[in-house]
Amino acid sequence: MASVRDDAPPTTSKSRETRNSAVDAFPQDRGDTLIGRSVTINRPRAELYAYWRDFARLPTFMENVERVEMLSPTRSHWVVKAPGGKTVEWDALVTEEREGELIAWASTEDADVPNSGRIEFRDAGARGTIVTATIVYDPPAGLVGKIIAKMFQREPAIQARRDLRRFKQLMETGEVATSSRTRAQLQEEKA
Amino acid sequence: MRALTWHGKHDVRVDTVDDPEILNPRDAIIKISSTAICGSDLHLYDGFIPTMKAGDILGHEFMGEVVETGPGSTLVKGQRVVVPFTIACGSCYHCGKHQYSACDNGNPADNQDIGMELYGQPMSGLFGYSHLTGGYAGGQAEYVRVPFSDVGPIVVPEGLDDDEVLFLSDILPTGWQAAENADIEPGDTVAVWGCGPVGLFAVQSAFLMGAARVIAIDHFPRRLELARKFGAETINFEESKTYEALMEMTGGIGPDAVIDAVGLEAHGFFVDNVVDQIKASTFLGTDRIHSIRQAIVACRKGGRVSMAASSTSSRSAPSWKRGLRSRPGRPACSTTCQVCSTRSSKARSTRPS
Repeated sequence: MASVRDDAPPTTSKSRETRNSAVDAFPQDRGDTLIGRSVTINRPRAELYAYWRDFARLPTFMENVERVEMLSPTRSHWVVKAPGGKTVEWDALVTEEREGELIAWASTEDADVPNSGRIEFRDAGARGTIVTATIVYDPPAGLVGKIIAKMFQREPAIQARRDLRRFKQLMETGEVATSSRTRAQLQEEKA
Repeated sequence: MRALTWHGKHDVRVDTVDDPEILNPRDAIIKISSTAICGSDLHLYDGFIPTMKAGDILGHEFMGEVVETGPGSTLVKGQRVVVPFTIACGSCYHCGKHQYSACDNGNPADNQDIGMELYGQPMSGLFGYSHLTGGYAGGQAEYVRVPFSDVGPIVVPEGLDDDEVLFLSDILPTGWQAAENADIEPGDTVAVWGCGPVGLFAVQSAFLMGAARVIAIDHFPRRLELARKFGAETINFEESKTYEALMEMTGGIGPDAVIDAVGLEAHGFFVDNVVDQIKASTFLGTDRIHSIRQAIVACRKGGRVSMAASSTSSRSAPSWKRGLRSRPGRPACSTTCQVCSTRSSKARSTRPS
């Protein structure tokens, strides 16, 4: 019997089953953990899309991303900070793209941290644009890896919501807010 | 530079720390000329506010001279400015609605998690007021870094002394908004709990907004004397029973609007206060809000309650911190039934058959 559907996104579902089927519906899913986060940004959709599409600029607000190299318009190389001062690297491919609306990606088969996801941009009238990130990934080294990652605040769900806030800050104010007092403190915080 | 730093409950020290630097384009550095201690600094001193860290620089009421500016600042070196205690970006949806204390961006991304967990949504950044509001260094120091300096700081017109404008940083606007939130109507009787600076400013603001009578409540005779100077009638709660006095002074009706300018560390030996204090000291509660309870009880039926002073309890803080407007009340049936009946018969006549 079909259950009564509600309008809540599957990323907020209490049911493992619903979340799993959302992962399955993902083209080229790379993992079994689904996270999603939306933020409203008081800027036009086209502007936000254009900034994001130039992946090399993502480290300006993604604190755990050291650098992204564009190998081709659809292939990029990612260098990402990992717990314990290490880095992990992978290549990602754009799997779907709709100008001004959506970018989907998936890491290549041999990635250290398999991940895939999509970033969507929807008009929100006078409030700007709703930006939604949906990410499917494999937590590094299982549960222990996840706990360690969380301790270092590199847990993807936390990272994603903070990255989106920083993206909002950068787009709305032209800078990423910091409460550091000195340049040395700021460097320490970013490390 | 020298700065007043927090090290724990009842432990603040003047330490030597590194001078602040310009970190973002819209920053400015201010050399402090005057700074004040706010009543809410006592909540930090008394250990009521979570997320303080050892070494945090205190102070959110300050003013001074602009000594350095980032390329995106509109301030000019040498200008004298008063700095509001809220750190707001000026460009988000909430700033656009002039709800600067609800700014989306003034609080750094990592710190917003705490506010989200505790109150549902993070608020703007604040100077010198715990990591919940950003972990920004405060102004009880020689210098301070002011982010988004093109939005908050008010340039002081010539001829005004520090003492004449310093209160623009917090307590005057706080008192004014307390009166504004009471939706005062001409001829109203307004009661104000607490005659500290915020309460006294609320008394004066209430008169400016048309209140016919303001009744000020405190237990310090000196403060009550000041309230009387501004035209208020007074109640000393150590000498009179506040609720009974208010009822008698308003012919049994109660004040039309009540303003709480006391908040989470209410004084006085009252049963609920003692219970709250025990709860706070055993970590079962985080505040003692006798004045808020009393203000609500004394207000006339259908009246207005304005809560200006800090609250940290899990029940009231999500509303207070975020400036929510709630309108409790049983329906005033004789009027609303009329309206509903008219609307539903109209709906029936326009419904396609």
